[in-house]
Amino acid sequence: MIPELGHFALILALGVALLQTLLPLAGWRRRDARLLGVAGSAAQAQFFCIAVAYACLTYCFVTKDFSLLYVAENDHTQLPLFYRVTAVWGAHEGSLLLWVLILSGWTLAVSIFNRRLPADLSALVLSVLGSVSIGFLLFILLTSNPFTRLFPVPAEGHDLNPILQDPGLAIHPPMLYMGYVGFSVAFAFAIAALISGRLDAAWARWTRPWTTTAWLFLTMGITLGSWWAYNELGWGGWWFWDPVENASFMPWLAGTALIHSLAVTEKRGLLKSWTVLLAILAFSLSLLGTFLVRSGVLVSVHAFASDPARGMFILIFMAVVVGGALTLYAIRAPKLVSGDSAAIKLFSREGLLLLNNVFLVVAAAAILLGTLYPLVLDALHLGKISVGPPYFNAVFVPLIAPLFVLVGIGAVVPWKRGDARSTWQRLKWPALAALLIAVAVPFALYGRATVVALAGGLLAAWTVIAASQDVWRRVRSKSSLLDGLASVPRAVWGMTLAHIGLGVWALGVAYVGSFGAEKDIRLQRNAEATVGGYNFRFNGADEQNGPNYKAQRGSISAGRGADIALSPEKRFYPSQGTMLTESAVDAGLLRDLYVSLGEGFDDGSWSLRIYVKPMVRMIWFGGVLMFLGGLLAASDKRYRLVRAAERKAVAGATAVA
Amino acid sequence: MSGLSKRQKRMAAVLVLVLGVGGAAFLGFTAFSKNMMYFYTPSDLLAGAAKEGATLQLGGLVEKGSLRREDGLKIVFVMADCEKQMPVRYEGILPDLFREGQGVVATGKLGIDPVTGERTFVASQILAKHDENYMPPQVAASLKTADGKHSCAPFKSLGRPAENLAGKPMTAAAEAPRS
Repeated sequence: MIPELGHFALILALGVALLQTLLPLAGWRRRDARLLGVAGSAAQAQFFCIAVAYACLTYCFVTKDFSLLYVAENDHTQLPLFYRVTAVWGAHEGSLLLWVLILSGWTLAVSIFNRRLPADLSALVLSVLGSVSIGFLLFILLTSNPFTRLFPVPAEGHDLNPILQDPGLAIHPPMLYMGYVGFSVAFAFAIAALISGRLDAAWARWTRPWTTTAWLFLTMGITLGSWWAYNELGWGGWWFWDPVENASFMPWLAGTALIHSLAVTEKRGLLKSWTVLLAILAFSLSLLGTFLVRSGVLVSVHAFASDPARGMFILIFMAVVVGGALTLYAIRAPKLVSGDSAAIKLFSREGLLLLNNVFLVVAAAAILLGTLYPLVLDALHLGKISVGPPYFNAVFVPLIAPLFVLVGIGAVVPWKRGDARSTWQRLKWPALAALLIAVAVPFALYGRATVVALAGGLLAAWTVIAASQDVWRRVRSKSSLLDGLASVPRAVWGMTLAHIGLGVWALGVAYVGSFGAEKDIRLQRNAEATVGGYNFRFNGADEQNGPNYKAQRGSISAGRGADIALSPEKRFYPSQGTMLTESAVDAGLLRDLYVSLGEGFDDGSWSLRIYVKPMVRMIWFGGVLMFLGGLLAASDKRYRLVRAAERKAVAGATAVA
Repeated sequence: MSGLSKRQKRMAAVLVLVLGVGGAAFLGFTAFSKNMMYFYTPSDLLAGAAKEGATLQLGGLVEKGSLRREDGLKIVFVMADCEKQMPVRYEGILPDLFREGQGVVATGKLGIDPVTGERTFVASQILAKHDENYMPPQVAASLKTADGKHSCAPFKSLGRPAENLAGKPMTAAAEAPRS
């Protein structure tokens, strides 16, 4: 009964989404306020329907209703309650349901917070969001219905993929989806602007907080994903450049570019056309990511070809959305934008931001090439190749390094026209300080340095110092420190924090790469190994069983005084017949000690994988700082005040009319 | 720049753009051709399809009874497809799913075994990203016989496992929603 209710709610949601798309469009053509007004209520009704469907599926997981195919595949009687709730999005059908739930959540938020916007623009935005929702609801109902029944009903489920049974997973996909899907709002704003012709600084100001919010979730999602992979996969790496990771990183790069170009559009009324294009691009890359992950094309191009329903659907949907958006852009954008971009001077804040955009977009394109090229070759039977991390590192690093230099310069160069002399005056001391820090820190901490550590440290210190300058100058211009700190707007705090996060991240990346140590070694009971200046003693392994797995748990005493106990595990999940390596990490601000079990041998010895990872926490700490920066920037008072003022103006205009 | 006409400025901008895109493309394609790895089967390698010294991927089955451990973490085994065999040498920790009779993909270089003097594949990394019902797609494809219908693999499921509820390969790589 409950599953049928969920299925019915999904069909109802599709109907509502159709209304939400078509009626406001008709209302906009006929200038009918009543039809425009449908958009908001439809958005709310649609959210309700999808939330009901989602709750139904969760109920089936919690009550272990194996009469549903999807539940039988991903649930198990022994699975702890927490993982039964998170298992809802553990595989294809449920994660798509989460996708539309989040999409309708964003739409709901737009319908609530956009009441202050002009009614036609707001209704068009909701209409575009509704059309995206139609696509995904159709996809679920036609190809990936989570409520499909299974007969005969099995007594036991197939269990959630063990690799997903980790708390890090619980929050990371929803976070990623919040980001992915959030770019649909920026996309909807862009399309609405193209249709209505309302493409100005006010439009950019309305779009900015939505984009920043989507971006901060995506940032957090990627950070959590990286942290999860580090803890869970047992390979000690924090980023593998695998296609699934790239699928989330490309929209992030485009979204980052979008945030910066929106700033130019809002402050200077320039780059409008480019900003709209970026909004379309960011969402297209989100869709592409969904396609890559959800169509099975990554597992095998030919597996995709032999079961093409899902993949073809997303591919066609993508073609319609991206093709339609770009066509609309090609027709409308030239009419809406006069040749303003010629007014941009390269040596000005907007010029440098444009340069930042070029680097970010080219980096995203390089990653796209590396991700898609092997797939295309394979699909055309031109040979099987793979492109490993060396390619991505070789391309990505030189494209991203200049951005760090730009962050520092951009912070002191004013809008419109910069002046080389005063820029140099402001930057010479930060540059010198960064240089000193970059040389001093590695020698002080590790007694040696590498080129990568010096360069990375220099960029990191430079970014942190230069990014803080803006706040510093504002504070110094006030009489007291407290007055000064209070006078800094949240948006500036946000920008500063995010840029500091970028620097902190770079420091982590450079130092882990330069001073990290690793060793694969076979150790007898009570034997010792030294890795990166730390001792690791293996005290043996014993059996240790969990709720739905059997485990071998190793015991290792690590650290300079062998006082840190680490217990990595090797787990066997009988329900899926899968082995899983559960690594043990002693986390520290300056270094992680990381051990995972290889295999046990007949003589009682084990092979161990041991890593010492200096400063690896900085990588995720940097991500968290960017997230917090985004949070501050999105909640800036300015957006609310200006909106209130605009509402008055709009209300006044309507009254006069 | 103020001395330049609008047209000249635009030309300069276009020039910078072309140089930038060209530079990035050059960088990208150089990195690409340097780091691209082709996938081979043991038959391909023995037929001399691969360049000596190039990093490549070798896919096949771990021949039953061929796994031999030497001191420390050194391992020697034989990788086979339907026709040919290739000795592989590796030092390190094997993945969880490495078993004799299973399909694996090894990344490494073709070389000479220092002990036996035979031609050997020296692996730097071994992947076995599959469970009982799944194997790397390249391996599955390379194990098909000439008519494309049968597989010489000594285990049940190259295509769709019958006992799998969904009738689709269940893999960590496919289902981990790390996107």
